Amino acid sequence: MSYIVDRRLNGKNKSAVNRQRFLSRHRAHIKKAVADAVSNRSITDLDSGENVVIPKRDLSEPVFRHGPGGKRDMVLPGNKEFHRGDKINRPPQGAGGGSGDGQASDSGEGMDEFVFQITQEEFLEFLFDDLELPNLLKRQLAGIESFKMVRAGIVSDGNPSKLNVVRSLKQSKSRKIALTGASKRRLKLLEAQLVELQQQDPILRDAAKIVALEEQIAQLKRKIKRIPFIDTIDLRYNHHVRQPKPSSKAVMFCLMDVSGSMNQSMKDMAKRFFILLYLFLKRNYQKIEVVFIRHHTSAKEVDEQDFFYSRETGGTIVSSALKLMDQIINDRYSPAEWNIYGAQASDGDNWNDDSPLCRQLLTEHILPKSQYYAYIEINPRRHQALWREYESVQEQHPDYFAMQQIADPADIYPVFRELFQKRQPRSTHAA
Amino acid sequence: MKIKTNPVIDFIKPLSTESEWTFELLTTYEQALQQINDQHYQLDVYPNQIEVISAEQMMDAYSSVGMPVGYNHWSFGKHFVSVDKSYKRGQMGLAYEIVINSNPCIAYLMEENTMTMQALVIAHACFGHNSFFKSNYLFQTWTDAGSIIDYLVFAKNYIQQCEERYGLEEVEMLLDACHALMNYGVDRYKRPSPISAAEEKRRQKEREEYLQTQVNELWRTIPKSSNSATKNTKKRFPEEPQENLLYFIEKNAPLLEPWQREVVRIVRKIAQYFYPQRQTQVMNEGWATFWHYTLLNHLYDEHYVTDGFMLEFLQYHTGVIHQPSFDHPYYNGINPYALGFAMMTDLRRICSQPTAEDKLWFPDMAGSDWLATMKFAMQSFKDESFIQQFLSPKIMRDFHLFHLQDDDTSKQMEVGHIHDDTGYRILREKLSNQYNLSMNEPNIQVYEINVSGDRSMVLRHTQHNRRPLEDQQCQAVLKHLHYLWKFDVHLETLYQDEVVKTYHCPEPLLSTEAD
Repeated sequence: MSYIVDRRLNGKNKSAVNRQRFLSRHRAHIKKAVADAVSNRSITDLDSGENVVIPKRDLSEPVFRHGPGGKRDMVLPGNKEFHRGDKINRPPQGAGGGSGDGQASDSGEGMDEFVFQITQEEFLEFLFDDLELPNLLKRQLAGIESFKMVRAGIVSDGNPSKLNVVRSLKQSKSRKIALTGASKRRLKLLEAQLVELQQQDPILRDAAKIVALEEQIAQLKRKIKRIPFIDTIDLRYNHHVRQPKPSSKAVMFCLMDVSGSMNQSMKDMAKRFFILLYLFLKRNYQKIEVVFIRHHTSAKEVDEQDFFYSRETGGTIVSSALKLMDQIINDRYSPAEWNIYGAQASDGDNWNDDSPLCRQLLTEHILPKSQYYAYIEINPRRHQALWREYESVQEQHPDYFAMQQIADPADIYPVFRELFQKRQPRSTHAA
Repeated sequence: MKIKTNPVIDFIKPLSTESEWTFELLTTYEQALQQINDQHYQLDVYPNQIEVISAEQMMDAYSSVGMPVGYNHWSFGKHFVSVDKSYKRGQMGLAYEIVINSNPCIAYLMEENTMTMQALVIAHACFGHNSFFKSNYLFQTWTDAGSIIDYLVFAKNYIQQCEERYGLEEVEMLLDACHALMNYGVDRYKRPSPISAAEEKRRQKEREEYLQTQVNELWRTIPKSSNSATKNTKKRFPEEPQENLLYFIEKNAPLLEPWQREVVRIVRKIAQYFYPQRQTQVMNEGWATFWHYTLLNHLYDEHYVTDGFMLEFLQYHTGVIHQPSFDHPYYNGINPYALGFAMMTDLRRICSQPTAEDKLWFPDMAGSDWLATMKFAMQSFKDESFIQQFLSPKIMRDFHLFHLQDDDTSKQMEVGHIHDDTGYRILREKLSNQYNLSMNEPNIQVYEINVSGDRSMVLRHTQHNRRPLEDQQCQAVLKHLHYLWKFDVHLETLYQDEVVKTYHCPEPLLSTEAD
């Protein structure tokens, strides 16, 4: 007596919950691995999965057990040369001993480390955990995407594909009951009369009356039969209406300095920062547009590919990028509809008289229209005019303007986290 | 399907000639094996429930340590992550089967297996393990195959409810603590009451209240009436040292909530369910391996399977029973399949073709009916006693067993005995001890509770062969124990009735006293 069951189609992720619990228990280790990975990886594979290393002692499940020492008896297989009474040196620690403490390893996978892989999805989740775009507002607007269809009951007119069969048949049933009810009652009555007549003595029967009754009955039956099973007036359709949906549309401007004063490693850091930003936006906000602006003495709007991977160089006029940004906002992204964000990376080196102009552009044109503007200066040296001008901007708009300095690649991720840390909600920005 | 006809023996066609399996073929093989078993061997088995699963599902089954339904805990996730990793990197193959001690007996077959493999697994699990589960005395005493699945479902739901009500973290901490003491959640000598899910559920509420009143009784601080003061002979509590730590905690821990006691109980019951499996590894695997070998050879003898089938089978089989020698890089202890299979085969040989040596060593067995003798051996022993009883000199020679003594007071290890006339008996005893769980696990018991004072718990570890505890682990386990007991916990290590070392939780702030 046996059963053979095919279980292959049953869920296979029975361990998902346990895996999730394991991950959340070791959050700290995973976060560290993620942070390390971000600063060590090349730009192109920043978003793949990652190996996470956890020291074994942190996830041991302790039990009472014997430690080394005392007198141990062992029976082993494979004796080749030993005789009773032979003395053998102890094998070096770790081999065959089976004690808990081996040597720590600094490379690869050691005995005392537990290494496992997290997926890309999990990697990004840990990477952007607790981050958000600040001051994001939902703005009412009429765009095609922002409608959704919602159910709006049942109607008597509609598209055949939306026919509601149950409701239609109910309708048909009730119509038939309503239209035949009187006739059926009468039919019953006549039939009873007929039966009564037929039971009378054949001689006393009123034959003519029977014939008349039979005719009436036949007529009624025909009438009842004529009522159709389903009629067009029975048909009922599911109804949907389009409902406008408040949506948060956002645009991020990425402004990068590619001037000659930025050396290759500085450009690399800037790109890393923007890649992080780009991954973050792509992952957390479905409908966000990103505008890439690159500048030296003149600014140019480029696509993603050019922004991250092409090389170009020249002098520096920062205001050119800001002007272009302002112009694009005016042309394409009305602040009434869009949440506008800006992120700018530069080495702080600027044309002499240009920095005050930058401040003016920011405070008068860009910041009033924006939700948030972040400036990072990639510069291990002391600050120049642009930084000082921006400091005064920050004083005026502490909530909407943030600036940070990055000196080496290890700073990128912490600074990024700082800039986009989840904050307490505050009063809305009067644009 | 094309079937090759062999001119000599075309009156029986092989059951299959290709390596792909189908559900019809599984049934055919299962029936053929069943028929052979009924006609020739009469192994007593539970009904079989064969479940075909994918590799991913096999990994799930793996990581829930053989429980078909398991409660959620991070440690299973850890297990899963490491299995997943080594499987994906190709460092490790998955087991071909997992079998659950339940009624009906559930066996998981992987879909990747070939037909040969599936037949091997059916013979191994559905006849070998299954009959072992049904007839071995330990399983009969300790587990109730009929209700285990229901009980596991009850446990999973109960723990899930606790998580909803008291929070994930709280439950996780409790389970961590229980798992640390899981090996000390079994009665080694007392016969436990079998677990039954329906009963559990019905009585669970009742028990909650009853337990609480018992605990309150123990910790009552209201002064007793005057006459009790007269017979104030100081009674120790517990009167006898207790070996089942989880049971003791469940019944006596002063501050546990009723639901926490229930969770402790669940972990204890599951530990108890697995206890026989830990004690019969060699026998269980040996028995199952012996039967897949015997049954498949029988299939071959009756021309049910082809030569190709047999070659493939023998290749798997030799892989399974391979025993590397102690100095081999792949050596990882004695392979229970190898030792078990060798001993089982040897038992049959001793019965049917005894040598002069066998007649001297096993006078009762030599020449007896091999099937009856083997069934008796399977039913009435566990690894330790099975080896003590049946390990023959031939096996010791075949395995080249030798005994090594590692005494930390001498500079070198010493070879105690080898497989020669003077050594056989001692070697056998030493190997038997190696499978004695109560000698391998430190002997730790609850010795005393300070009932009238600070409610502290004193545990005693009795050293055997001066073997000490592993300090760090011990300290960590005490923390878990402290979490359950919620008052001070002390552990004393005794050697020849003298306390040689103590552990405390919480650890004393100033360790000026050298104790």
